[in-house]
Amino acid sequence: MEIRIDNLTKKFGDVVGVEDLTLHIEDGEFVAFLGPSGCGKTTTLLTLAGIYKPTDGLIRFGDRVVNTVQPKDRNIGMVFQSYALYPHMTIFQNIAYPLKLKKAPKNVQNEQVRQVANVMGIGELLDRRPGQLSGGQQQRVALGRALVKEPDVLLFDEPLSNLDARLRLTMRGEIKHLQKNLGITSIYVTHDQVEAMTMADRIAVMNGGHLQAFDAPDELYDRPKTRFVAGFVGNPPMNFLDVEVSPANGQFLAQADSIELPLGVERGEASAGHRGTVVMGIRPEDIQIVDEGDVRGEIFVVEPLGREDLIDVRIGPHSFILLADTEKQHRAGELVSLNFDMTQAQFFDPQTERSLLWHQ
Amino acid sequence: MSEPVAKPKSSAALVQSRRNALRSYLGAYGFMAPAGVLVIIFFLIPVAIVLYLSVTNLASSNFTSDLAKMEFIGLKNYQTLLNDQFARKIFFNTIFYVLVTLSLFNVSLALIVSLLTTHIDRSAGFVFRALWILPRITSPVVYILIWKRMMAEAPFGILNQFNEFLGQPTYNYVATNPWVFVVVVNGFIGVSFGMIIFTSAIESIPKDLLNASLVDGSSRMQRIRYVILPLIRWPLLFVVTYQTLSLLTSFVEIQLLTDGGPGLYRTEVWSLTAYHRALSNYFGNAQWGYGSAFAVLLVMIGVVLAVIYMRVFRFDELVAEPRVEAL
Ligand SMILES: Nc1ncnc2c1ncn2[C@@H]1O[C@H](COP(=O)(O)OP(=O)(O)O)[C@@H](O)[C@H]1O
Ligand SMILES: [Mg+2]
Repeated sequence: MEIRIDNLTKKFGDVVGVEDLTLHIEDGEFVAFLGPSGCGKTTTLLTLAGIYKPTDGLIRFGDRVVNTVQPKDRNIGMVFQSYALYPHMTIFQNIAYPLKLKKAPKNVQNEQVRQVANVMGIGELLDRRPGQLSGGQQQRVALGRALVKEPDVLLFDEPLSNLDARLRLTMRGEIKHLQKNLGITSIYVTHDQVEAMTMADRIAVMNGGHLQAFDAPDELYDRPKTRFVAGFVGNPPMNFLDVEVSPANGQFLAQADSIELPLGVERGEASAGHRGTVVMGIRPEDIQIVDEGDVRGEIFVVEPLGREDLIDVRIGPHSFILLADTEKQHRAGELVSLNFDMTQAQFFDPQTERSLLWHQ
Repeated sequence: MSEPVAKPKSSAALVQSRRNALRSYLGAYGFMAPAGVLVIIFFLIPVAIVLYLSVTNLASSNFTSDLAKMEFIGLKNYQTLLNDQFARKIFFNTIFYVLVTLSLFNVSLALIVSLLTTHIDRSAGFVFRALWILPRITSPVVYILIWKRMMAEAPFGILNQFNEFLGQPTYNYVATNPWVFVVVVNGFIGVSFGMIIFTSAIESIPKDLLNASLVDGSSRMQRIRYVILPLIRWPLLFVVTYQTLSLLTSFVEIQLLTDGGPGLYRTEVWSLTAYHRALSNYFGNAQWGYGSAFAVLLVMIGVVLAVIYMRVFRFDELVAEPRVEAL
């Protein structure tokens, strides 16, 4: 089912849930809504589900405008962070509930519930009650309940946030696998950018009720269109620095206090046209500790992450996060030389926060 | 590494642990003491006094400054009661009054009001509920006076003044339909208790659960039937139990409205009889002993009902230890 959202606004009194959201989702696509808590992801999802009526704008499922269509007439399946299983029903009754409401015959209900339960690996739990299941099992039941009615659209609201890290990893794979197999158009809300990056075909990044970007994961990562996207996508997050970019002997130079970084023509021209300072962004993996580099600084803190060390290097008043091999055994207080891979640097307008490199 | 062997306790440690046990024991009773004192003073002692009075012939006709003249007459009061030609009528009056008021108002209307006011705008719902609380917080005398003024016969009653103004016949509302007014007037007071309990129970159902039901394909009515009602089962049973008992003992409103009439015992209920016999006899004779017998029977009926409710509704399950969460 193709979903087209045009200029969608949802307000609660004066509080803006989501504003002027335009988003076209293709049939069978897996889209993630990514953004910090309170940015309007759940609001958008519940508006799509028909729980909230849009304040303004149009929502279309296929060619049908569904703005005022009741939730029960939208044929959607939804999975909640809290699982939202009915505590007074058995697992069987939980999964059968959508079928019962559709008035499916008892034997059909029985058959479909068992089939879905087997796919989800919860076949032996059907007689239990939700309270007797682990979080992971409950989430499988919730997924089964959403799938049993063969929905046109699947909505997920942070479904894995309450699970432990290992289970999250397994379920991530399973959900993605299921979605691809069944080809159901899906919207997956999360504040975890790793989840969004690994699962989604495209990611809608939201902040403060506004859509920041809607792109494929690697596109978001390599060519962030706003400073917010650049800072939100990627872990550890991108380093930002106010710099002045000016031409210097056929090349360009990005400058901030004692830091001077040579810059290629393409990126230089795009950012130097700007009067005054611009915001430069550079990812941790694009800064290396080398023997002989562009700038020198002092290691402030070393945080071992296991596979690598997260290192905070101070250069004058500026601070940079970067990653280094644990075998190098860097220590706080050590003086190091840094090399910046400026072919990967991003530049943003300090006022509009839009990228100077990738225009929309 | 030494083996973890349980060391024999030294005698000092033993004394210490005994002292701790005693302290926590005393602590527990200390916390229960205020409630316990209240129960003793306002329930157990009055019950004991009434029990005692019910086997005496104490009445204003034989009352002297020397209470010792009061005679122990065994179960004679109870015998009289069972042979009382009106006891049967009053008993069925009471059952009728409790059943009808409870089912129509204290439970059904309370449920309907709380369902309606939780399905509309929050502040509008709050206003409607506040209105329904008014009868409860108004002093009974004032509240009943309002009703009586509304319904009084021509030319005093407000409704009848309207009737006259419109050229319609006038009615003596309360006299012709005393039960309707007894039930409605008490019912309006009774709604608020269930309403408050049901509303808070409905509002404490997780929003996700309610949304999930709609997404799963239920209409709002189906959601009430399959999700909301089963989830507020305990509050429902509690209100049924509690309100049965409080209706059984309530009589002030009936006393003010019809005083058991019109005619002989038309709307007289058991608790009102106890009051009439003991404290406000038509014939000026306050039969304290005989009235106490009525009261004792009422307490017994209440206790029996409470036990039946607790068994049938399995309230022990409600207060049982929660099973270990397998999360
Ligand atoms: N029912 C509601 N009433 C009033 N404000 C709401 C309601 N739901 C959400 N909001 C507000 O809308 C904004 C977006 O919330 P939400 O969509 O829940 O964010 P997210 O799911 O991204 O964390 C927040 O400021 C929140 O306080
Ligand atoms: Mg949310």
